[in-house]
Amino acid sequence: MDTNKYDVIVIGGGAAGLTAGIYLSRAKLKTLILNEGMVGGQMILTYEIANYPGIEKTSGYQLSMIMKKQAESFGCDIKQNIKVTDIQLDSKEKTVTVNEKDKYTAKAVILATGGRSRNLNVEGEETFKGRGISYCATCDGDFYTGKDIIVVGGGNSALEEAVALTQFAKTVTIVHQFDHFQAFDQAVEQAKNNEKINFIMESTIDAFFGDEKVNKVRIKNLKDNTTYEKEIDGVFIFIGYEANTEKLKGIIELNKWGEIVTDEQMKTAKEGVFAAGDARAKKVRQITTAVGDGATAAVQVIEYIQNN
Amino acid sequence: MLYTNLEHVESEAQFHKVLEENENVMICCGRMGPMCVPVYAAMEELREEYPNVKFMDMEFDIPDAHVIRNAPECAGFMGLPFTMYYKNGKVVKATTSIQDKDQIENILKEVY
Repeated sequence: MDTNKYDVIVIGGGAAGLTAGIYLSRAKLKTLILNEGMVGGQMILTYEIANYPGIEKTSGYQLSMIMKKQAESFGCDIKQNIKVTDIQLDSKEKTVTVNEKDKYTAKAVILATGGRSRNLNVEGEETFKGRGISYCATCDGDFYTGKDIIVVGGGNSALEEAVALTQFAKTVTIVHQFDHFQAFDQAVEQAKNNEKINFIMESTIDAFFGDEKVNKVRIKNLKDNTTYEKEIDGVFIFIGYEANTEKLKGIIELNKWGEIVTDEQMKTAKEGVFAAGDARAKKVRQITTAVGDGATAAVQVIEYIQNN
Repeated sequence: MLYTNLEHVESEAQFHKVLEENENVMICCGRMGPMCVPVYAAMEELREEYPNVKFMDMEFDIPDAHVIRNAPECAGFMGLPFTMYYKNGKVVKATTSIQDKDQIENILKEVY
């Protein structure tokens, strides 16, 4: 058998992709998971997981490695840290090119490309990453002991991490673009009751300044467009996630947020093409829901291959 | 404790020995955190492609990690991991926070 010919190619090796890999390989379908970066997706960036049923507490790294091992134990091929350079989904035989040279074909494809943390994409953000700008409170919180910091965002992550950061920081200022928070009431209440936390609402950061590290930001009031500068020791950014679907534009139907449109069975409008996980248009994005998507997509693919 | 498949630098003495005995050394100093783990994983993969480089990690919180934590090249670093590239015992490059495989490979090509 041609080693580059598979029954199914899964693009993405996060919770959804790995789950699909487990189900498909166990059903004896020759399956390839292609992942840019390390397998695990957003899951691997989770320091502690305490709401995955059946496992009281684990890390994202450990859960990812178990899922990978499980998929490989059933015969699933996994290629990580590669670049997907071309995707052809129109004909019956689908083709995915990796690193501009290696072509893989399959009867069906599952798009499980996941999501990533959103950046502010403003002046100075790239320069000061790791030098006063962080996206992980658990990793970098202790660098800010006794310092004045800002948390950007208004969802659960932003408010929960702001509260967590008060263990280290002298003050935490939450900067949020709206006049209200998207977080659950409990998270909002905890933040509001914390005397180290204060709030700048209807505002955003539109520039970072510093030398060796960040020492100042420019805050823009989104109501009247006025700006002012604020001295600060560090900024943590938690402004949500976006789907990794840039490479799918023009190839598959995406909604206005760039998420893949599917039906409840994970089918896209394109024959033999399915989607699962955070890249799919849906409301709840959890490891558990990604796992559910991955299993559903795999079962649909098994049926599709049997019937075609 | 770093649960990786890389060789670990566990003491200051070992750190100096490694630099003395190897021309090209890359050490990722971090924790088992979300910004660090992808760097270790990329190093594990790159290890085969760059046999002329010694790839190692070091736990950020052990006292002897001061050799990296307090290196002048890390002044201003406030994001884990601190990743150091040494040539003939001297620091030729240092990065802070997460780096993907391509970014690391570009540095390896540049400095070695």
